[in-house]
Amino acid sequence: MNATVRLRNALAVVLPPLVLGVLFLAAWQAWVVVSDVQPFVIPRPTDIWRSFIDDFDLVWKASVVTGMNALVGLVLGSLIGFVVAVLTNRFAFVSDLVNPLAITVAAIPAVVIVGVLNNMYSLDSQIPRRIMVTISVFFVVFVQVTKGLRQNDATQMELMRSYAASPFDTLKKVRLPNTMPFFFTGVRTAAPLALIIALVSEYFGGTQDGLGSKISGTLNGSNKALGFAYVLGGALVGLLFFAGSNLLEYLVVPWRRRGRSK
Amino acid sequence: MTDAERQRRRTRIRRASMFAVAFVLVAVSWELYKAVGPEKGGTIFGTRILARTDDRAMPHIWDMFSRFSESEVRGGEDSVFVVVLRAAWYSFRCALAAFVAGSLLGIGLAVLMARFRFFERALMPYLVISQTVPIIVLAPLIFSLMAYNSRELASKTWLAAVLLGVFLAFFPVAMGTLRGLQTTPSAPLELMDSYAAGWWKTLWKLRFPNAVPFLAPALRLAGAAAVVGVTVSEISLGVRYGVGRLILSYGQEATSDPPKLYTAVFGAAALGLVMAAVVVGIDRLLMRNRPPEAV
Amino acid sequence: MENSMTVSSPEAGTSPAVAIRGVNKIFNQGKPNQVDALVDIDLDVQPGEFISLIGPSGCGKSTLLRLVADLLEPTSGSVTIHGKSAHQARVDQDYGMAFQQSGLFEWRTVERNIELPLELKGWDKAARRQRSQEMLELVKLPEFAKHMPWQLSGGMQQRIAIARALASHPKLLLMDEPFGALDEMTREHMQAELLRICAAAGTTVVFVTHSIPEAVYLADRVVVMSPRPGRITEIVSVALGRDRSELTREATDFFARVTEVREALRGIEMADHAKGIDDR
Repeated sequence: MNATVRLRNALAVVLPPLVLGVLFLAAWQAWVVVSDVQPFVIPRPTDIWRSFIDDFDLVWKASVVTGMNALVGLVLGSLIGFVVAVLTNRFAFVSDLVNPLAITVAAIPAVVIVGVLNNMYSLDSQIPRRIMVTISVFFVVFVQVTKGLRQNDATQMELMRSYAASPFDTLKKVRLPNTMPFFFTGVRTAAPLALIIALVSEYFGGTQDGLGSKISGTLNGSNKALGFAYVLGGALVGLLFFAGSNLLEYLVVPWRRRGRSK
Repeated sequence: MTDAERQRRRTRIRRASMFAVAFVLVAVSWELYKAVGPEKGGTIFGTRILARTDDRAMPHIWDMFSRFSESEVRGGEDSVFVVVLRAAWYSFRCALAAFVAGSLLGIGLAVLMARFRFFERALMPYLVISQTVPIIVLAPLIFSLMAYNSRELASKTWLAAVLLGVFLAFFPVAMGTLRGLQTTPSAPLELMDSYAAGWWKTLWKLRFPNAVPFLAPALRLAGAAAVVGVTVSEISLGVRYGVGRLILSYGQEATSDPPKLYTAVFGAAALGLVMAAVVVGIDRLLMRNRPPEAV
Repeated sequence: MENSMTVSSPEAGTSPAVAIRGVNKIFNQGKPNQVDALVDIDLDVQPGEFISLIGPSGCGKSTLLRLVADLLEPTSGSVTIHGKSAHQARVDQDYGMAFQQSGLFEWRTVERNIELPLELKGWDKAARRQRSQEMLELVKLPEFAKHMPWQLSGGMQQRIAIARALASHPKLLLMDEPFGALDEMTREHMQAELLRICAAAGTTVVFVTHSIPEAVYLADRVVVMSPRPGRITEIVSVALGRDRSELTREATDFFARVTEVREALRGIEMADHAKGIDDR
């Protein structure tokens, strides 16, 4: 492939979303300016940007609180989900018992449980939020890893048997590597979920220092530009989680790099 | 009854009983922890990690259920059960509306993206990003936009909750449908070409049916997303009749009347499960003539 | 050519490489879905001999191979490999095995795939690396050591699987339709390569296939099997000598043997058909 062709391909990927994004922001700005919308209804994109720069330390502090809650829950939930799935893989009834709970947690607005958890800890605690994130992440990762452990290549398993390999060797050399892509599918799914749960769990009282409480406070109030600056902060944390989980998968599961774009 | 049917029935019964056993186990561990756990919470490595177990923090399961039959407020006419049921029904209708509208929007977008490559390229990055960004926090904004545009809408906070549900629900449907439309095997596509069938005819006769197995799991995600979107927005907007609002206000009474909060939580759970049942029904209907193991 | 004949002749004196005596295999015994997979199988394979197992699907040829590999246990009868029980032979890694699917580990480089059995045997890294290099030379893919499996064509992947099967220098090679998923051209090429490799190492081979020309081209003896219940109906001696080339495929003798095997298989088909009528 020569340079011009590569450049044209890159432009075909980058240009359409760029055009759409710029058009959208321009239309927003124009609409607010032309029809003279009050800033407490909807701020101009330029005002949001200014607010984001000027009050960056506020946005940063709130992002760290919520981001940490989500991160702690994501890491704990992923690890626990993975370990429990591997340990209980030999006992089919465990996943038979966990699966109904996983289905239920996925179907109901489980985040309301935070309201209950808050009662069990002191009011200034971040632990109920972190527990809530951990629970949500756990089920996603557990289900994926269990699925991965069961979908082993028949030929590879027969091969290991022909080597008279021990169950531990088979686990280490066949089952776990085969499970890795499933584990990371779980983590990638759970990463944005973790942030959403961390944000929403701030709606149920407790300390008002995270992005969730700040956003709902400011967006319901009159300083909407600051509210949007917080939203922008949340979006950036979300992108960070997205990029981080994908990067981790890229590093740990290098053999799956091809074809991931499909 | 054939062997396969009997087998399938046995699995179904087994699965249903596993559901029951799982929940009994959760209830038992709740009571067990309450019995042996520290009353005032426990500290590990200097942080409060173990939950408090007193009646205020962890009421007995039977107290939660008996609270349903008592009246909601002292001297009030309606029992908690009636109030929670009414609220859950209200939220369910909102969630159903969000689910239907979101699914239609998702299918429409998928067709648009499958037909015009430019739309796919322009929209796809935003669709992906929109999933990494917590849209759910935007409910107040949607409401203030609505209220600004029309005075009449200013009283309809529920509409903002539904719109947010739509926002959350359309994504999985759009992605699933698009994938289904695009993974149509080439042999039948060439067959349709040989009939000189146009793009829309091919879409209707071939690509849509091919997308159905992909649509079914997407609808399940959309159903759950609609419920979460509506309930959470009810909380952040303070929609007066919904179950989300009930959780918030019962939560504030939790110090004096702990079991009451749990009745609202059960109401929200029931709402989610009923929606899941609706989606499973749609799934069955869509997949009725497909081989049992498709996708 | 003369001395290769003596190697494969039963009079060689040593114990057989594989001895299958009175083997029966019944799946789901006593249940309504009981299947008599193999009935009264007796077969000796001499050291250095190449045996093809052929028959219609359901005749139990893959099951028989798995009994030899101790991946399945016979319901009755015995399987010994160089005088050892099949189980002991598996534990001692006396055989190498290749399947229809290459079964390569997609997360390992080509050379680390070949090293897998050695790793499980506890070889140290340097020795492993040296052996995998040798094996790659043997299958003529030395420049692909650091590649990932998916970067190789199907035929090359299958050659790596064979290199892996031969890595511990087993005296016995068990192959279950290893070329079944390859196109005809690649397939013929692989057959010639397999004969070259096994001749060089003096390896005994039991080879399951459903292609008649493949069975005849490769084997010293073709074992023809029939289904329901699975049993051996005929053993065709090929006697084309060991020095086989592309010319062999056009030789009159080759066609004669192909015809012989085909007629043996057709006999099964006719009998099966007749039995079908009887059953009604």
